[in-house]
Amino acid sequence: MAMSTTMDQVVKRAKDSFGQMFDKSLHDLVRGIRNHKDNEAKYINEAIDEIKQELKQDNISMKANAVNKLTYLQMLGYDISWSAFNIIEVMSSNKFTFKRIGYLAASQCFHEGTDVLMLTTNMIRKDLSSSSMYESAVAMSGLSCFINADLARDLANDIMTLMTSTKPYIRKRAVLLLYKVFLNNPDALKPAFPRLKEKLEDPDPGVQAAAVNVICELARRNPKNYLALAPIFFRLMTTSTNNWVLIKIIKLFGALTPLEPRLGKKLIEPLTNLIHSTSAMSLLYECINTVVAVLVSISSGLPNHNASIQLCVQKLRILIEDSDQNLKYLGLLAMSKILQTHPKSVQAHNDLIMQCLDDKDESIRLRALDLLSGMVSKKNLMDIVRKLMIHMDKSEGSHYRDELLSKIIEICSQSDYQHITNFEWYISILVELTRLEGTKHGNLIARQMLDVAVRVESIRPFACNQMAILLANAHVFIIGSSSTTVAEVLYAAAWICGEFCSYLKEPQKTLESILNTKIILFPGHIQSVYYQNILKIITYLIQSSDNDEILAKQLVTMTIDKMSIFLSSGDVEAQERASITLHILKTVLKLIEKSEFNVNELSALFDGVLNPVAAKAQRKVAIPNGLDLDAWINDPPSESEDESVTTDSRHDNSGFFYGKHEENYSSNSYSNETSNYQQPRNYVEPTTDELEKQRESRKQSENMNPFYLKDSKKTKLTQKHETSIDHSNGNESMPSTPDKGTIPANLQISLSDQLYRQSKIDEENRRLKKKSKSDGGSSKKGKKSSKKSDIAAIDENEDDIYPTVQVTRGGELPEGVTESGHEDNDDDIGSGRNKKYDPHRALNIDFNEKPIQATYTPPPSQLKEPSKKLVETPPVSVEKVKKSKKKKTIENQIEPSTSKSKHKRERSDYKDLGSPADDDDKHVLQSAVAAPSPTPAPVSAASPVIEEKPKKKKIKEKKSISKTAIPDANDSASLLLDIMSDDIHPINQSNQQYNEQDSYKLAAQTDNLIIEYLITPNSSTAELDVTFLLKNQTSSIIDHIDIHVIDSMSSKLLNTTSANRISFTTISLFPRSQNYIHIYFAINAISFSQNLKTTLSYTINGSNKNEKDSIEFKLNLPCSQYLRKKPMNSNAFADLMSSGTLTCQSHIDIPLSNQDFVSRIKTICQSYRLTIVEQINAAASLYAETILGQPIAFLLKSTNSQTNISVDGKSTETHFLSNLMEEIKTSLK
Amino acid sequence: MIKAILVFNNSAKPRLIKFFEHYPEEIQQQIVRETYQLVSKRSENVCNFLEGGSIIGGNDYRLIYRHYATLYFIFCVDSSESELGILDLIQVFVETLDKCFENVCELDLIFHIDKVHYILQEICLGGMVLETNLNEIVSRFDEQSKLEKQEAGISAAPTKAMTALKEMNLPQKLKDMKLSDLNLNLRF
Repeated sequence: MAMSTTMDQVVKRAKDSFGQMFDKSLHDLVRGIRNHKDNEAKYINEAIDEIKQELKQDNISMKANAVNKLTYLQMLGYDISWSAFNIIEVMSSNKFTFKRIGYLAASQCFHEGTDVLMLTTNMIRKDLSSSSMYESAVAMSGLSCFINADLARDLANDIMTLMTSTKPYIRKRAVLLLYKVFLNNPDALKPAFPRLKEKLEDPDPGVQAAAVNVICELARRNPKNYLALAPIFFRLMTTSTNNWVLIKIIKLFGALTPLEPRLGKKLIEPLTNLIHSTSAMSLLYECINTVVAVLVSISSGLPNHNASIQLCVQKLRILIEDSDQNLKYLGLLAMSKILQTHPKSVQAHNDLIMQCLDDKDESIRLRALDLLSGMVSKKNLMDIVRKLMIHMDKSEGSHYRDELLSKIIEICSQSDYQHITNFEWYISILVELTRLEGTKHGNLIARQMLDVAVRVESIRPFACNQMAILLANAHVFIIGSSSTTVAEVLYAAAWICGEFCSYLKEPQKTLESILNTKIILFPGHIQSVYYQNILKIITYLIQSSDNDEILAKQLVTMTIDKMSIFLSSGDVEAQERASITLHILKTVLKLIEKSEFNVNELSALFDGVLNPVAAKAQRKVAIPNGLDLDAWINDPPSESEDESVTTDSRHDNSGFFYGKHEENYSSNSYSNETSNYQQPRNYVEPTTDELEKQRESRKQSENMNPFYLKDSKKTKLTQKHETSIDHSNGNESMPSTPDKGTIPANLQISLSDQLYRQSKIDEENRRLKKKSKSDGGSSKKGKKSSKKSDIAAIDENEDDIYPTVQVTRGGELPEGVTESGHEDNDDDIGSGRNKKYDPHRALNIDFNEKPIQATYTPPPSQLKEPSKKLVETPPVSVEKVKKSKKKKTIENQIEPSTSKSKHKRERSDYKDLGSPADDDDKHVLQSAVAAPSPTPAPVSAASPVIEEKPKKKKIKEKKSISKTAIPDANDSASLLLDIMSDDIHPINQSNQQYNEQDSYKLAAQTDNLIIEYLITPNSSTAELDVTFLLKNQTSSIIDHIDIHVIDSMSSKLLNTTSANRISFTTISLFPRSQNYIHIYFAINAISFSQNLKTTLSYTINGSNKNEKDSIEFKLNLPCSQYLRKKPMNSNAFADLMSSGTLTCQSHIDIPLSNQDFVSRIKTICQSYRLTIVEQINAAASLYAETILGQPIAFLLKSTNSQTNISVDGKSTETHFLSNLMEEIKTSLK
Repeated sequence: MIKAILVFNNSAKPRLIKFFEHYPEEIQQQIVRETYQLVSKRSENVCNFLEGGSIIGGNDYRLIYRHYATLYFIFCVDSSESELGILDLIQVFVETLDKCFENVCELDLIFHIDKVHYILQEICLGGMVLETNLNEIVSRFDEQSKLEKQEAGISAAPTKAMTALKEMNLPQKLKDMKLSDLNLNLRF
């Protein structure tokens, strides 16, 4: 026995090695490549030829070996797609060994575009269902790499079957593979989803993890569709011990919370527990991240949310202090997220972050830089920037240096230079930055210089002279390498020196240094600015010399002399500007010689002050009335020009007409044109033929015209050549040019440092001074010591010791417009997804949508939104409030982070709007309703609502938050947004407005569940939407909600899943939370109110057992709910009344109950969805429509008694009218 | 999601390339080169995360890497993966290799790239993490190797013998045969 096995082995070994002699194994190939380092490519090409031979053999093992080698070559970068068919051959082998080789090769080189894939469907199907689980697994691994839409469609069912395999090894692969199926075939998602959901509760943790993984991937892209799964994930989170699963779930929750703040509140506690308990850093980190996300989404109102933030920050500090660089990095990353919303908490760790700036790891330094913007204050800005400047000197690598540079500018300029106390220092920093070699941010520096000079008036003298120094050393920027853009600063320098030349110490010197620069070596736009500003300086010089003609003449002659070189600029615009400037100067010279020159003529060119313009100014310019930007200026070209015969004839016919035109062109005279102008003209778009002709004749006339500049390259070239020689000669003869690269460096460095020290000393002095002052007084904060603090000083501890510099903030806008932060929103949407094709968009599938509902458009949801009221207030007033508010916030400048302060600003706006009675929601609503225009015009169309959307959301949040403070859930329940039920319906705002005043009524109540309901008529069809608000009173999850309603003669339940029954499978209720469900009734008669017997059954998922329960109640559909709002104008109303169609009449009296007539009518309109048609003093006509479309009209009059209102109703429906009137009477008693 | 797994050595030679999204070969090589540029200039005591930027995918993607002796293991992942989790996963991957190859070294990866792929297939599928338990991965891999050996024992031998007979040119081949060939094969 033992003998035979050894014999067998020997034989096998011999066979193996013999086999390898004939076909080179992978091993040989690799060794061969390693032995041919010098001519690797040649060797591999030979090997590929051999492989091609091997693939031609019939022997499958040889083929497999060849394919295995190809897989290796693929890794080295060789395209092996030519062997696709052979790979499939190997895949189809019935041996596991070969199959595995084949699938590996396929997974490396096949892709969705591989055409042979269509041959593989059946083979893969067979392999998937193989009895060997490893074969099946190999097929799945391969398929996951090369699956395409066809395979995904054809194999989806097979993969679904594998999900029910008895082997977890197969199941988990099938679950993961399913995700790839969804990506390639989005239609598969919906049918497969229930089974995927089941896998979340698979007994095998690996399968569970896979399912969590897939759903997390799906939910990450379309989170709202997966909100309904939150309870399951919540349970998993509290029970699972697998850190991988926990991390995934916690990350998922981070994506879900922004959509559902209530979820966030539930999460805080378990997450905090995890933070305290876990030892796994990865889990800790993700917990912190999600807690931060939660806190961001609910932003305030949570009782101990400060504690949570503190906990996070503390834990992050531990991470950052850790010696492990990874933890440090992640800690900083998470810290930057907190910074956005809770800057104060992060600022406490200033020291730590500054320390990280010195870290040896660039990634960590970059992360610390991100945090800096939240760290700076008036007090430490100079220190921080100084530190960054030192870093910049030390650092290597232009990327990090550029990053530093932009960061310096960012922190200095943030919130309109809020933190800068010494602009001289800032200017000198900017000047120093220009010496950064090879920076890409020349433009940024230039813009800063311009911005500061324009906005900060007091800095102009200093800035001008600094810029003059830059201009004097402009040659330094010329020799810089071409990759850098530092030369851009000259643009700023030239402009500042020109515009504010009155501040120049030696304007003449500056002018000379400008003129002596080889300007034409700069980019065109810089040249242009140079030429323009030369003129400005000359004008100033002449002006300030009291018309000293000798000086003027001398200046102008000199400039003309130098300017002539610039005419040869290669840039058209620069050339043009140079030419204009030159000619102006020549004219000036002529005038001076004739002694007719008046400098005011020249200075008029540059009259007026240039102010900063707001970025949005252009957009804010109103389009003048009657200007349609989309309209064609000429008639659009006709489409039928391909019929050559007709066009020809047309051409002939209109030849006379066009002939005239051509004449005009060729003679270049406009007098003809104007005389023609009077004649009636028939504008016909010229055909191609005609255009060609015109072009031809135009060319001819151009050739004839001696003044037309032709592109005669030759002459220009020689000209250029000459001038460049001239130029270089001139250059040599310029004695005043300083030696290259000597002056600026050292001089400047000391300047910013000097300023830095000086301001430190000043600061100290002020502090001392203040101290001595406050010694006399009592509190440190008591008095302001600064001399020019005309702007409200900042209430930070010692900020008042800094001088306040006047900065012009914001910018000019067209008259009558105000800046608002909202319109950018549209642009922002989707900016993160600028990818060519995003398969996840197709996966945006709402699982709650029932199959029937797919064809049936559900009636609008009845979200209760008090914010809607804002829509009705005239927008102008909103803006006004905002504007004044904004001003205030800018002056206050409490929040360093702009985003945060913006947020605050909006919130406080709402407070202002609602302020008449902020404590009483209902009151606010009414007063807001009463406010708008007295004309009963219906609030029109969707546009205002869309604009208000962001606000709406804010208010919702605010309301839901305030709800936590008020224990009475009943009142605010209606304010909550229907998010948990995911049942998203198109929002029809007109309906919403009618219902704002409605509140949910109690339908039934047990210990477990409270059911409230709200009825809304559909705006177009004869249907009622009944919204149930279910409040879970238990501490368990409630799901499997079923509603059963027995149809009556006049109403029928819609969208039933079985007879008279609707199952809400996807809706679950969190412990102590609430959710909305919608049911719809078709109504065919409205005469009487109805009481429908309704049964709601549900399952309570207790800790050990599930408990089924049901509630029976009567659902009341009163007559008033059959009314819907229908706007009507007074003319149509008068017609209707006089037409005599409204035959039925009814009369009641209702009490005024201490309200005035107007507000009483408002209330009635709100409650019964009536619209005011006309209102005169003490009478009003109201109108509405039943959901079956019948008209209902009311006349309300204040009676003499002043205590009652008499109500006369008219309609076509007798029973309905009388029942309705009765209902109104009882409810208003 | 994991978008790509790259293994290359200190001189940028690729040892394993696994993309979970298709890229043409030349782009793959370019990605390897660029990633190498990024990773190789980092010193040992810096963090293991890099913003991938333009290389693959864009801002949502990060490179998470570890450096073992002569090899860099790089995972390119999007923001749905936990950074520290992936670092652990790389560790698991390397430990598995170590177990399967018994003291793994670069040469093992060079000569047995197919096996490395098979091991990786036990760890993730289609860019999603499949298994993180070291023992489970190793035992599944071993079982499949066993399966392979069985097949080789039963059927591969005769076919190989047949080929040998068909293309008989023994004397020359025997001369070419190196002793080391045999030795290495004996290991299996």
